[in-house]
Amino acid sequence: MTKDTVFRQEFPVKGGDFSRAGEVSWEIKNLLKELGLSTPVVLRAAIASYEAELNIIMYAWEGRLVLSVTPGRVHVVVEDSGPGIEDIELAMTEGYSTATLEMRELGFGAGMGLANIKKNTDAFLITSEVGRGTRLELTFLTNGQRP
Amino acid sequence: MLTLKGMMTALDGELLTPEMNLETECAKFFASDLMSDVLAFIQPGSILMTGLVNTHVVRTARLVEVAAIVIVQGKRPERKVIDEAREHNVPIIATGCSMFEACSRVSGSFLKGRR
Ligand SMILES: Nc1ncnc2c1ncn2[C@@H]1O[C@H](COP(=O)(O)OP(=O)(O)O)[C@@H](O)[C@H]1O
Ligand SMILES: [Mg+2]
Repeated sequence: MTKDTVFRQEFPVKGGDFSRAGEVSWEIKNLLKELGLSTPVVLRAAIASYEAELNIIMYAWEGRLVLSVTPGRVHVVVEDSGPGIEDIELAMTEGYSTATLEMRELGFGAGMGLANIKKNTDAFLITSEVGRGTRLELTFLTNGQRP
Repeated sequence: MLTLKGMMTALDGELLTPEMNLETECAKFFASDLMSDVLAFIQPGSILMTGLVNTHVVRTARLVEVAAIVIVQGKRPERKVIDEAREHNVPIIATGCSMFEACSRVSGSFLKGRR
């Protein structure tokens, strides 16, 4: 967090709890709207947050999304304690998924999540440690054109 | 111009979420049972046509700002799913048409409305 942070909030997410899926990203979306950010930025951040929230629910034990907003940027840090990702490149590949049948029946687990998160961000960082957890850092520029 | 009302008529559809504005224009459509694809490719303001009826459809729909959900193949969401859609002002139209039939009817009406 830098000194020009205008807004910061943490949202816990519980692994395995499908009933609450989407609540955190919905809250993030509304907060960004209230801050007066443009619709495309709000939508990109909301979609990326939703996919990230779902990944915690589907694959990790617990985690959180930390939203911070500075005058030019929206930052979402997604951290979980969970199994981690052994091969990040493979996980990022569109269509690769280890989702269970239950998840697929709900309409998820097409293996598009991480790729879609990346697509919606202006900067994307992913790190993971097997047996410990995964961390994503998502940046969205709020003004001007996308690079 | 095709409105929600016009689309509902074309589908012999039923509005499951009463008292909603049906004059909204329908100009973009997306048919899928994969919410991941909806999240990746849908444009805001689209009509989402799907055979899924769980709460995640409504949550995905509100997040990407769909104009309405069309549920095909005579399926019915549970009460709590409909309530969530009402709460967020997302109309749900149910039709007995198959996905293919629904898409073909809607696209016919849409093209007719543009002429
Ligand atoms: N937070 C996470 N912890 C552990 N594994 C993950 C996590 N996020 C993603 N993965 C792995 O990467 C794969 C691809 O993820 P994603 O692109 O979101 O697609 P999907 O969720 O549809 O499978 C998942 O199936 C899973 O194996
Ligand atoms: Mg995913």
